[in-house]
Amino acid sequence: MSEYIIKNGSVFDPVQGIKGDKKDIAIKDGKIADKVSSAAKVIDAKGMTVMAGAVEIHAHIAGPKVNLGRIYRPEDKLFSCTPTRGMERMGGGASIPTTFKTGYEYAKMGYTTAMEAAMPPMFAKHVHEEIRDTPIIDEGAFPVFGNNWFVLEYLKNHEIENTAAYIAWLLRVTKGYAVKVVNPGGTEAWAWGLNCLSVNDPVPYFDITPAEIVKGLIEANEYLGLPHSVHIHPNNLGNPGCYETTLDTLKLAEGMKAKNKFGRESVLHLTHTQFHSYGGTNWADFESKAKEVTDYVNKNKNITIDTGNVTLDETTTMTADGPFEHHLTGLNNLKWANVDVELETAAGVVPYIYSPNISVCAIQWAIGLEIPLMIKDPMRCYITTDHPNAGPFTRYPRVIKWLMSKKARDTQINAFKHKDKVLSQTSIGSIDKELSLYELAQMTRAGPAKCLGLANMCGGLKPGMDADVAVYNFNPDKPVANPEDIETAFSRCAHVFKSGVEVVKHGEIVGTGNKRTLWVNVKVNDNPQVMRDINEKFIKYYSMTQANYEALGHHFVPNPYALEVDATHV
Amino acid sequence: MKNPPALYLEADNVTPDGFAGKTAAQITELHVHEGNTTSTLGKYFEVSGNAGATAADTKIIVKGDVKKVKYLGMKMSAGEMVIEGSADQYVGAWMTGGKLLAKGNVEAFAATAMRGGELIVEGNAGNYLGAAYRGDWRGMSSGKILIKGNAGSDIGMYMTGGEIVVNGNVDVHVMTHAEGGKTIVKGNTKSKLGGQLVDGTIIVFGNIETMMPGYKPNGEVELEVDGVKALFSHYIGDMGERHKKRKGAIVYGNLYKKI
Repeated sequence: MSEYIIKNGSVFDPVQGIKGDKKDIAIKDGKIADKVSSAAKVIDAKGMTVMAGAVEIHAHIAGPKVNLGRIYRPEDKLFSCTPTRGMERMGGGASIPTTFKTGYEYAKMGYTTAMEAAMPPMFAKHVHEEIRDTPIIDEGAFPVFGNNWFVLEYLKNHEIENTAAYIAWLLRVTKGYAVKVVNPGGTEAWAWGLNCLSVNDPVPYFDITPAEIVKGLIEANEYLGLPHSVHIHPNNLGNPGCYETTLDTLKLAEGMKAKNKFGRESVLHLTHTQFHSYGGTNWADFESKAKEVTDYVNKNKNITIDTGNVTLDETTTMTADGPFEHHLTGLNNLKWANVDVELETAAGVVPYIYSPNISVCAIQWAIGLEIPLMIKDPMRCYITTDHPNAGPFTRYPRVIKWLMSKKARDTQINAFKHKDKVLSQTSIGSIDKELSLYELAQMTRAGPAKCLGLANMCGGLKPGMDADVAVYNFNPDKPVANPEDIETAFSRCAHVFKSGVEVVKHGEIVGTGNKRTLWVNVKVNDNPQVMRDINEKFIKYYSMTQANYEALGHHFVPNPYALEVDATHV
Repeated sequence: MKNPPALYLEADNVTPDGFAGKTAAQITELHVHEGNTTSTLGKYFEVSGNAGATAADTKIIVKGDVKKVKYLGMKMSAGEMVIEGSADQYVGAWMTGGKLLAKGNVEAFAATAMRGGELIVEGNAGNYLGAAYRGDWRGMSSGKILIKGNAGSDIGMYMTGGEIVVNGNVDVHVMTHAEGGKTIVKGNTKSKLGGQLVDGTIIVFGNIETMMPGYKPNGEVELEVDGVKALFSHYIGDMGERHKKRKGAIVYGNLYKKI
């Protein structure tokens, strides 16, 4: 494999504590190396910023609900298609890009790893076919567990061992990465036309509460010692006053400790926190509770979060929170699609326009920025747009601009139609903090990698780690003349290496790398009861046989990378 | 028109905006697409005369048989364009201003999501005139369309503003899902007028073959439409659809049929 040496760049690497020092980064055999031979190709990064490849912790980029969005929104592809060019295949779509465009866009911004945030287990094969067709970036997918009949039945009786055995089985057959929970119990209630809006609302028929589901899944997750913590989208998303449900959910993790060999310290990851930090009783007195939520997170070290920044774009919302999407279509009267996934989950899709002329949207924008600016430990807060729910992931450079420049925030605040309302309902106007490049590297690289249990592999530039490197045409030694320069620099990398292969050069795709599917292979003790339950459910309820369920073989996972977990000792 | 294309030609550069500030020679170099091959306007058209400095002072006359040419006048914002014959789909689609005259017929999707300006067709128009793009919920929002002949089905679908006048007859589905705007049909209509209409106005001078069940008679009114004063039956609807409230009162869509 080629050797490279990236010379004279300003390096930001939280893994080694490097804060902008001029350092050379050597790449050999796909890994970061101490040194390389004189034959190494030299990349001159003078006056540029060098970071590890970025890690996306939460995005909806592959699978049936993403594809449903693509199918039912032809207008999303209107005027957003890119023809075949150089190594790039044709692509299309603005908020729900095609798989190829998804891979290219992430890579051009310096992202080399991404997690699909909600995989319906029954459609794991579809998810993996799309992951396979998304070039360059390593990907994993989180199967959803929070409304799964097995989980509800086991946890009703607090059967942690059985839940854990079922999780291990499901991760293996779906080639899944982590335990995702979406509106615990609420999505199952939706099958009865109901919802669970608090952690104590009983789930109809199952006689269990969201609190019991969340607590039980955390216990099972730590019983197994999975690389990632439980990844939670709580109940009551997006409603005024929902921050109380969010705090109730976070409190469920109190006293719990992470047990794993991957260096992960958190037991609960709260996703798209912006959507869960609302105060007020209706849309008129709607206000930010970012402070209340971040205060709690700052105090409790076993919690990590991601932001879910609203980018003020026309986008496509999609979530396994079926009842929420029905609620949303009632608010904006735009087209609604709903899918039920038998014993496992559901999904809804609704287009949405975050208009700067609507006060609620502008307040949501402010809350999304308040959260990362109020967080004290950047290693526990990661930047996302919950793509495509709060905005397309292609807007990360714009979010970075807003976080790194108060001037850019003020420009946007002044452009809002209801500026006064934004200032009275949030504290965005009084926050002077500007994110440093080091903090940015923590929030987009080292932090999410650690939280995902990938700290030894990616998110840093320590010798021995995967050679995922992004070089930005951004000089940290010069004052930023114009905030727009930040957005421009982070939009298109000067160079990107993925596992030591140069994939982006001067903002263009020059290689498709060696894309891998990350999944977690857990060994557990034989559990005949769980195997019998699975067998019985397939015979009694599933519309497919167990033999057709597994995402197996080269067609679905052509280049797997399994994180091995041995949970037989417990 | 020369070298008639075997496939349909996509000529979205043929607009006052695309030509503005260019000489005849530069205009012949503009791109057109035939299937998956890209070539230049000069392959298919002789170009004479230079464009004005801006779109507003550019006038384009399209001569010859352009029945297989799509997207003429697409996204035009100002100026004037005359198509002397008949054209294919998407004439004046997404136009925001200016004046576009087709002396022959135009095919489907003319004035898709039009936001301003004026489209006049001396012949017939196809389906989805002034409608939203496939999947979109934003049809024609402003501007004026006059069809001197007949129009096809699904005209004014998802319309939110502006005016469509059809001097002849129209096919099924008029202003489906509309949330504003006005459509006047001087000839006869078939069925499904104003299905799922939230707001907007449909005025019919001729027959309505089948009324939608969601419309409720609301008496008779005298109206002056396009300079003609006449008595009309008034209906409100679509009763099966959501409606906005204005000053506490529900705002229904209006359907008028000349008595």
